Amino acid sequence: MSFTLRPSLALACLAVTLPLLASANPILDGYKAEIKGNFSAAAGEKLYKTVGPNQLACASCHTDSPKSAGKHAKTNKVIDPLAPSVNPKRFTDVAQVEKWFKRNCNDALGRACTTQEKGDFMTYVLSVK
Amino acid sequence: MHIPMRLVLASLALAATGSVWADGGPVTPLLPKMAKECSSCHIAFRPNFLPRASWKQVMATLDKHYGVDASLSDADTAEIAAWLDKTALDVGEAPPDNRITRSFWFNRKHGPSHVKPEVWQRASIKSRANCQACHVNADQGDFNEHKIRIPG
Repeated sequence: MSFTLRPSLALACLAVTLPLLASANPILDGYKAEIKGNFSAAAGEKLYKTVGPNQLACASCHTDSPKSAGKHAKTNKVIDPLAPSVNPKRFTDVAQVEKWFKRNCNDALGRACTTQEKGDFMTYVLSVK
Repeated sequence: MHIPMRLVLASLALAATGSVWADGGPVTPLLPKMAKECSSCHIAFRPNFLPRASWKQVMATLDKHYGVDASLSDADTAEIAAWLDKTALDVGEAPPDNRITRSFWFNRKHGPSHVKPEVWQRASIKSRANCQACHVNADQGDFNEHKIRIPG
């Protein structure tokens, strides 16, 4: 009996396995491609709780747990949870993610975040189950 | 059949603006992008709440928006600014800091004879910009004074 591996079948197998090998979030993969080294959930958690020059931290509005709904510090608007484990819409749109990193790093830290910090932050928030 | 001329004219005007009616007059539908972006932090305020010159300054300084960075992409900023420029009116003075809550009409309607100072202190209201705390349908552009419910 002869067995020939058809190219189309090989591609189909790859298409199934590749996403499993990746980190399950294309936006985080994008940040990963920009840095040398790895991201750390512990560093991300530390950043999440860091109080910046404006006396604001990520946790000020998003609460101590990314799984909880938060409240805008100035307007009282309810903020849906950050953690994709409870709010799957989070971290699915790169423009949205970049928009909020720009705004919130400026407000909380008084400066832009580095790619390393964004990746650490996402690694932490994605790890909260 | 006789149809009153005034009714015909009113219908024509409504059809021309594409507006929907809320109590108290027609409400211009907001640009969907503006509604979406503004309401991620607060209700999307009505274009007639500030004169055109104020909107122009607000849209030019989104990175320093009343104490927070509310910046948008250049394309989104330009689209919303152009819509406001077209829709807002050239009437009224620009209020201090381009704040709706410091407009003369706002103060006339929300002064101590209408809203006691202690009411503004309530945690359920928190900010004078929190329209929908009392104007419950504010997010739909409905500020009808008979629908005001002041929270405890």
